[in-house]
Amino acid sequence: MSLSVNLEQVGDVLCIRLRGELDHHSARELRSQVDEYLEAHQIQHIVLNLEELIFMDSSGIGVILGRYKQVRRNGGEMVVCSISTPVKRLFELSGLFKILRLENRETDALRKLGVA
Amino acid sequence: MSENEAFARVSVGAFTAQLDPNMDELTELKTVVSEAVTNSIIHGYDENPAGTITIMVKIDTDMVELTVKDNGVGIEDIGKAKEPLYTSKPELERSGMGFTIMENFMDEVEVISKPSTGTTVYLKKRLAKSRSLCN
Repeated sequence: MSLSVNLEQVGDVLCIRLRGELDHHSARELRSQVDEYLEAHQIQHIVLNLEELIFMDSSGIGVILGRYKQVRRNGGEMVVCSISTPVKRLFELSGLFKILRLENRETDALRKLGVA
Repeated sequence: MSENEAFARVSVGAFTAQLDPNMDELTELKTVVSEAVTNSIIHGYDENPAGTITIMVKIDTDMVELTVKDNGVGIEDIGKAKEPLYTSKPELERSGMGFTIMENFMDEVEVISKPSTGTTVYLKKRLAKSRSLCN
C-alpha cells in the first residue's frame, strides 16, 4: 500500500490527511505536494490528520519536521491529530511533541487554530 | 529502489508472522526493516537503483534475527551515525533517527561497516512469551 495525500484548505489552515504508509519513498511525494500547495496559497498553519496512516518510519519524521519549519517561518504552527499508538511512539522518541501540538480530532485541531 | 521498501517490510512481516508476534512487535519489526533498508538506499548507494540489498531473516522459537546487508560506500564513523538526530544528509530532510529507532525497537543492534565495501546491520529481537503461556 502506498500513501494517499488529501489536502484541504480551511481559512488559512492547510489540512493534510494521510492514508496508507509514510516511508522514504512516499515522503518525497508528500513533500512535493505540500510544498507546491504552500507556494501557491496563503497558508498560516498546518493540521496533520494521521487517522488513516497505518505505517510510518523516520522518513516521516523528517518530512513532518521540514513542513513544520516552513510554517514556523511565517509564525504559524502545526497541530497533529488522530494519531495511532505506534506512530505516537515515533513522535515521542524523536521529541516532536516538544514542538507540535497534539489534538484528538481534526475538529479540535481546527478549533484551536480558530477556523472551526 | 525506494519502491521496494514497502516490499521489504511486508516480506519480513509475513515471514515472522509464523511466530505469532503481537501487533506492536510486528510494527516494530517492519519499522526497523524500513529504517535499515532506507539507510542502505540513501547512504549506502546514494539512491543508485543498481544497488542490491540482501535481507536475511532467521526465526527460532521466540527469537527473530534480521540481517540487512549492502555493498555500498560504508560508514566512516559508526558511533556518529548512531547518535540521535545526527544525519549526514540534512538537505534531504533526514531526521537522523534511524539507528535510534532500531536500538529502541530491538534487543540487539550490531553494525559492521567498512568504507567502500559496504554495511551489514544485525538486529535481534526476542518476542514476548506471554501469549503462549496464556493459551
